[in-house]
Amino acid sequence: MSDELAQIVAEYGGEKGALIPILQKVQERYGYLSQEAIARIAKLCRMSESEVFGVASFYAQFYFTRRGRHTIKVCLGTACHVRGGERILEEVKRELGVESGGTTDDNRFSLERVACFGSCALAPVVVIDKDVYGRMSVSKAKEVLNQYQ
Amino acid sequence: MTFAEIQKRAAAEWAKLQSSPDPRILVGAGTCGKAAGAGAVLQAIDEALRKHNAKATVIQVGCMGLCYAEPMIGIIKPGRPQIIYGSVQPETATQLIADYVVGDNPRADLALGYIGDDRIDGIPNLFDLPVLKPQVRLVLRNCGLIDPENIDHYIANGGYSGLAKALGMSPEEIIEEIKRSGLRGRGGAGFPTGQKWEFCRRAPGSEKYIVCNADEGDPGAFMNRSLLEGDPHSVLEGMVIGAYAIGANHGYIYCRAEYPLALERLRVALKQMEDYGLIGENILGSGFNFHIKIKEGAGAFVCGEETALLASIEGKRGMPRPRPPFPAISGLWGKPTNINNVETWANAALILQKGADWYAQYGTERSKGTKTFALVGKVERTGLIEVPLGITLRQIIYDIGGGILKGKKFKAVQTGGPSGGCLPASLLDSPVDYESLTAAGSIMGSGGMIVADEDTCMVDLTKYFLTFTQAESCGKCPPCRVGTRQMLDILTGIVEGRGKPGDIEQLERIAMTVKRGSLCGLGQTAPNPVLTTLRYFRDEYEAHINQKRCPALVCKELIAFYILPDKCQGCMICLRNCPVEAIKGGRRLIHVIDQSKCIKCGTCLDVCPTRFSAVVKVSGEHVEVPSQPVPVQKEEKGSEG
Repeated sequence: MSDELAQIVAEYGGEKGALIPILQKVQERYGYLSQEAIARIAKLCRMSESEVFGVASFYAQFYFTRRGRHTIKVCLGTACHVRGGERILEEVKRELGVESGGTTDDNRFSLERVACFGSCALAPVVVIDKDVYGRMSVSKAKEVLNQYQ
Repeated sequence: MTFAEIQKRAAAEWAKLQSSPDPRILVGAGTCGKAAGAGAVLQAIDEALRKHNAKATVIQVGCMGLCYAEPMIGIIKPGRPQIIYGSVQPETATQLIADYVVGDNPRADLALGYIGDDRIDGIPNLFDLPVLKPQVRLVLRNCGLIDPENIDHYIANGGYSGLAKALGMSPEEIIEEIKRSGLRGRGGAGFPTGQKWEFCRRAPGSEKYIVCNADEGDPGAFMNRSLLEGDPHSVLEGMVIGAYAIGANHGYIYCRAEYPLALERLRVALKQMEDYGLIGENILGSGFNFHIKIKEGAGAFVCGEETALLASIEGKRGMPRPRPPFPAISGLWGKPTNINNVETWANAALILQKGADWYAQYGTERSKGTKTFALVGKVERTGLIEVPLGITLRQIIYDIGGGILKGKKFKAVQTGGPSGGCLPASLLDSPVDYESLTAAGSIMGSGGMIVADEDTCMVDLTKYFLTFTQAESCGKCPPCRVGTRQMLDILTGIVEGRGKPGDIEQLERIAMTVKRGSLCGLGQTAPNPVLTTLRYFRDEYEAHINQKRCPALVCKELIAFYILPDKCQGCMICLRNCPVEAIKGGRRLIHVIDQSKCIKCGTCLDVCPTRFSAVVKVSGEHVEVPSQPVPVQKEEKGSEG
């Protein structure tokens, strides 16, 4: 892992302000930012670990624990909110037995609530991995979940 | 290549496409189109073409903005106008290929409208449809009509002529032109763009930056995403013009990572610009150098605030800092920096292409031009619209949006996202311009426009916005950090039935403190939803607090579901569907909801057959029901559903 990390950091060749893109690349590769990855990045970028963690933890995009095979994002943007996004989130939570931010025991799904995908005209919206599902209903949400194993 | 040569080449490419003997099929495949099923439609088209052994050019285009009618396709046969079909399912697409692409029946019954000069019998002109007639599509002129991944399409439609013209002008002349156009920042605050450029131009220092703010974080807004997906070059052209006018050699586009397609389209566009010498060293032989880098945001709403955005580009926590110094004097890495929103840059390109006077004919005295809005929520026709400033809210919601969904009653329209306000029916006739919206307590904002109907609880909606701003507050300054938390606590108490006298006054006091005392725009505007709903919908707060009643029947703790004994036929549908087994009953027994188990999900109300309509939702009322299931008295009127 450390070779790969060094390679990712080297790609940015000490470019100013490259920490966030580096963290994004590392997360893209490993799915999350482990404690050792953060320690290693800090060393490679000549920063303190707390500084790197401080930046990473500021942004909603970064995870510090292993993720499920699929990520479900239930949109709770304003349009989704007024069109029943909350009810869909409740249903997904109950169906999977997991809270938002959590991962199911079988590691199949991680569940997140997000604040807008910009597909508001199709509200309510659920995104699983990179697939966007619009005009969702409680029953449709259940069907969609079954397509992901 | 000179620009004239580039234009000639693009025009030839475009003409070749227009005169091609093959039909063209345009498929709206923006994020919305894809979510609505454009992928399956594309597949069906491919299969149908193969089956009929027919030749056609299939082009994926951006969004035309008629999101309610997604997925949409357009078919252009040689010598005929383009026909647009809406709500296309894979089966419809297969049918259209057989009937119109292979055959000669334009299927007027499936068409939304045509685009072009020739008429087609039985099909209206698309731009005469009520949804499009009041619109003026300047910024969105190309969206859905050109291939966003083909720079020639953009150039053949006038693209980059603004840049070519600008490079022959002095920077001061360009700034004068932008000033004369009256363009104001489309990110929401409405600062005059020309003046902003001038500050940065005049700031001392040789190293300067420009930034395109594409961190569209307002929930309920997607104007920037659509524009970047549908016509990325229009934004990039504006940026090169702005960089030249300001004297910047480096630019950044700060775009949300949640917009993968927009990011991809930008990358493709930048590569094409390089190939044509429209970016990089010595642009179009002018000696001017300009480079653009894309920065992906990492998910922080506060980064839409310009000083926070700059901190994020620098690789730091995205926290705002006090101004002055303004970024025009000391921005990115301490250098003079000019930041504009996606739509502002696209407008700048258009002004240079067509002239300030042409642009200024649209809009009002103080708010010139057009504005795009994401019209969403409880309206019939949701979508991305572009209207001249000064149009009324009523025209937008009723003429373009087609009124309220399912014929319900309008309650409020929310503009400006979490920073804006909720305006009531009495303000429907006020014009949409910067000053009028501010006077009403809201803001123009970046363009989110969310319509709420009688089924929306304004206290719950306000709590929703505060939940958002409270979570997104960066925590740097106490008025915002503590104040949003306190307001949210009070609002949560009110919607959960724990509201008490004095809450309203307390909310008002905190709201004013947060508004006056916060460091950045996020905190200064976070109280707007609270202040506007208190101003226009105070009665709803009072009902929640004094009568423990939610008039819109939304707030879970204040509502209850009952099964009416004189209507229930004992069909067991609700009983079987209840996710928590809170319904007791049996065949031909009147069902009863155990209120202590009920989670108020509303499933029973949804599934109860309309011919029975036995389930009711109430707030602050008591409904007389048996405590245990009892036999149905009357004859069953219909069979089990």
